[in-house]
Amino acid sequence: MKIIKNIGLIIFLIGLGIFSSLPLIGTFSLSQLDFDQLVLDNKIKSELFISAIEQDVVGQKFEGMPSFSPIVANALNEANTQHRKNKEYKKVLYIKSYDMAAMMGKRAGTGFIAENKGLMWFLTFGLGILGALLYILPNVVLLGQKGIKNDGIYLKNATNRGWIAWMVFIFLVSFYLVLYFRPQFAVNWTFLVDPISMKLSGNMAGHWFVYGFMYCVVMTVMAVRMYIKYRHNVYQMVRTTSVLFFQIVFAFLIPEIMVRLQMPYYDFKNAFPLDYDFFFQWNLRSLINSGGIGLFILVWGTVLTLVIVPVMVYFFGKRWYCSWVCGCGGLAETLGDPYRQHSSKTLLSWKVERWLVHGVLVFAVGMTLMTLYSFFSDTGTVLGIKTASVQNTYSLLIGSIFAGVIGTGFYPIFGNRVWCRFGCPLAAYLGFVQRFKSRFRITTNGGQCISCGNCSTYCEQGIDVRAYAQKGENIIRSSCVGCGICSAVCPRGVLKLENGPEKGRINPTQVLLGNDVDLMNLVNEK
Amino acid sequence: METIAIIGNGISGITAARHIRKLSDKRIVVISAESKYFFSRTALMYVYMGHMKFEHTQPYEDWFWKKNRIDLVQGYVTTVDHKNKQLLLQDNDPVAYDKLIIATGSKPNRFGWPGQDLKGVQGLYSKQELEQLEKDAPDNKTCLRAVIVGGGLIGIELAEMLRSRDIPVTFLVRESSFWNGVLPEGESQMINEHIREHHIDLRLSTNLVEILADDNGKARAVVTDKGETIECNLVGLTAGVTPNVDFLKGAGIELGRGVKVNRFLETNIPDIYSIGDCAEQHEAIGNRRPIEAVWYTGRMMGETVAQTICGNKMAYKPGHWFNSAKFLDIEYQTYGWVFSDKGRKEYEDHFHWRHPKEKLCITISYHKKSKKFLGINTFGIRMRHEIFDRWLTEERSADHVMEYLKDANFDPEFYAAYESDIVASYNQQFGTKIQPKKKSWKRIFIKA
Repeated sequence: MKIIKNIGLIIFLIGLGIFSSLPLIGTFSLSQLDFDQLVLDNKIKSELFISAIEQDVVGQKFEGMPSFSPIVANALNEANTQHRKNKEYKKVLYIKSYDMAAMMGKRAGTGFIAENKGLMWFLTFGLGILGALLYILPNVVLLGQKGIKNDGIYLKNATNRGWIAWMVFIFLVSFYLVLYFRPQFAVNWTFLVDPISMKLSGNMAGHWFVYGFMYCVVMTVMAVRMYIKYRHNVYQMVRTTSVLFFQIVFAFLIPEIMVRLQMPYYDFKNAFPLDYDFFFQWNLRSLINSGGIGLFILVWGTVLTLVIVPVMVYFFGKRWYCSWVCGCGGLAETLGDPYRQHSSKTLLSWKVERWLVHGVLVFAVGMTLMTLYSFFSDTGTVLGIKTASVQNTYSLLIGSIFAGVIGTGFYPIFGNRVWCRFGCPLAAYLGFVQRFKSRFRITTNGGQCISCGNCSTYCEQGIDVRAYAQKGENIIRSSCVGCGICSAVCPRGVLKLENGPEKGRINPTQVLLGNDVDLMNLVNEK
Repeated sequence: METIAIIGNGISGITAARHIRKLSDKRIVVISAESKYFFSRTALMYVYMGHMKFEHTQPYEDWFWKKNRIDLVQGYVTTVDHKNKQLLLQDNDPVAYDKLIIATGSKPNRFGWPGQDLKGVQGLYSKQELEQLEKDAPDNKTCLRAVIVGGGLIGIELAEMLRSRDIPVTFLVRESSFWNGVLPEGESQMINEHIREHHIDLRLSTNLVEILADDNGKARAVVTDKGETIECNLVGLTAGVTPNVDFLKGAGIELGRGVKVNRFLETNIPDIYSIGDCAEQHEAIGNRRPIEAVWYTGRMMGETVAQTICGNKMAYKPGHWFNSAKFLDIEYQTYGWVFSDKGRKEYEDHFHWRHPKEKLCITISYHKKSKKFLGINTFGIRMRHEIFDRWLTEERSADHVMEYLKDANFDPEFYAAYESDIVASYNQQFGTKIQPKKKSWKRIFIKA
């Protein structure tokens, strides 16, 4: 069994190695025909840019994106500088140079990678999946009997911030940086999933399709790991299945199929303000112009945030969204599960958390109010501040860097819920409901707590669960996503997630159950 | 300002300190030789197993003590000088006090076995013993086999710890079945099976005769009363604990096995109190033992003595007995009294249910004549403390417990429920026709 695991690990690393090398290799050769089409499709009017590309790029062969991308960028920047100097603003190309390079690279890709998409898919995703499963599946036998399987977590390099964790950190951060800021290097990855994208939406894959596909693959494989690790725990099995279902069907398949049906791309479960650009002008316009379905989405999105989400939180706590439905939560609960113990439990980090997450909520709501005002009054500025620049700042700082690079990239170091805990505006909103008007609580079982600290250690949201449990108090915290792991790891059966009457939900106690009743009355009446 | 000195920073001493701080402004000094900061002893096993780091066993952050003005002294008390109301410390200045709480806990029993002080022989109680274990048994190459002597809660924990690093374990248990001085036969049998499922070499009815040394004075084997010699690199002595009170000998404080206290947790010397594992009641309370070496009772004594010290003199009156433990993968909870076959009261009878496949079982004890519910042991099924506490107070019948058993279930959501099976088996055994009632939030959350 150990041998199978090791073979799996090697296969996985080969797949990962090939995948990681793709941004730097491959042959790019842009034909005149393709370029003409690109100029036509994008209504490029800059003759300077066209001639520069025709001279330096078209018909030539480039080995690897690093040699291709700077030439495109150069041509674009020089053309734009010249046009701006000549005040020919209509000719200026309002596209980022790396997006242009990505667009051209997609058409220019040739050679082994672009011509053997199926094989290359197998050598990357295929080997990755196969290797990972070979590594994970033997645990059915190796982990032995049903029960908590946390042996050695703090003795292993990968799960105790050792060098392996740091390598994973570097990989994840780099991956997100490429995705958000240098998509031209993701072009080779898009080739791998072109056939799948064609089948689903009828379009070639972009780098966001790569991300979506990879997201589903990673979640599925790591869900298998969850199923094995928590096979004694029905709550975890059901929850993992739910979160996987919503990711694959709602976040991935339905939007792609909608595109095929000429409908707007929309993830029906992605609620504002997590879906921060839902009320952006371009989205509103696109929805309004999409007829009935667009209107339906507009109403649905609004009702989802204002009615469905809070009502569900009232009945079930925010867990129904954060750890049963949400994609961010889904990745955190599968890929992130091995790192859940790294969330900081200090009082300081709780303070930071409250400032940050509520700050982001204020930012998101403020931005949306500005956006709506701009939209209805048809102006670009509110109180002298440009709406677009606020939106861009949010997209960059919160949407890309916080949610992506930090949110997921920092899993191996700061735990798997960095985004959900410190950044997600939807989580902040749901948190208010959960804290002040909900039936959900984690019940503490009388006086049974022995302060061992397993619950706090494995709380991904950094809640010091023990601090409540050892006082006999229920845990009512806005940040709790109801993953249920505290209850699972508790050796004495002290914690239970449940939805019950609101009355008595918050139960501060001075003296724990088990001690003399008179004393309890005396102290509690004070 | 009055100074309260507390010797020992375990759950008892720290609970007392916290509650004194809540109730008063007195100066509080906590002295411990073991560690500067309070940690949860029950969690030491998880550090060795890699579930947690040592820092995770500390329930309060380091700033907590200063903020709450609880002074921590790391030092070993050699003498309690009650005439001058001061404590003499090894390598530290003396500490003067107005009131003293002795909460020094336990130490592992050593019954005078030959070789019990060899290197590689240890108990598992203190932080230092955990560190020693990490040195002597870091992996199964250094430690080829460990022998554990004593079939109690610490013994099975130590076995689980060593197995987490794939170290072969031989487990010598004096009794004919694991912990059957406490557990009824059916439950004890189930735990025997479970221990063996974990590939622990369980030797029942087997006693340690002596521990053999190698040339370096390190344990190399144990000899059992079955005449067998078992090679090993580590010997764990886990045959119970005894109050850690040797340092008090000759201090004038009345000692039995522990520090003798009355119901107010007062010793024979004014202004000196004792709580937790090291306190020994002159007369046992109800069915309890005079010395209760249990986390929960230590905590309760801490809560109580704080009241007394802060001017609200209060007797230690624990409520209904409860306890919990975990045997490898099987969680155990108990509410009320369920005695083992040895300790069974003449009025007590049992209803036992065990799942045909899974390692789940419950035992309900009731009064033979009145059928009054006396207590429950539950294995692998979590139960609500409050509900059983209430039923015990209300002196409900075993039939009532069966009828409303679903209210008491505390397993996580979506777990398979066994109440119907349990009640069916109960009906069959007693010829009753009890229909289990649906779980009711209303009943669960009414305050009695």
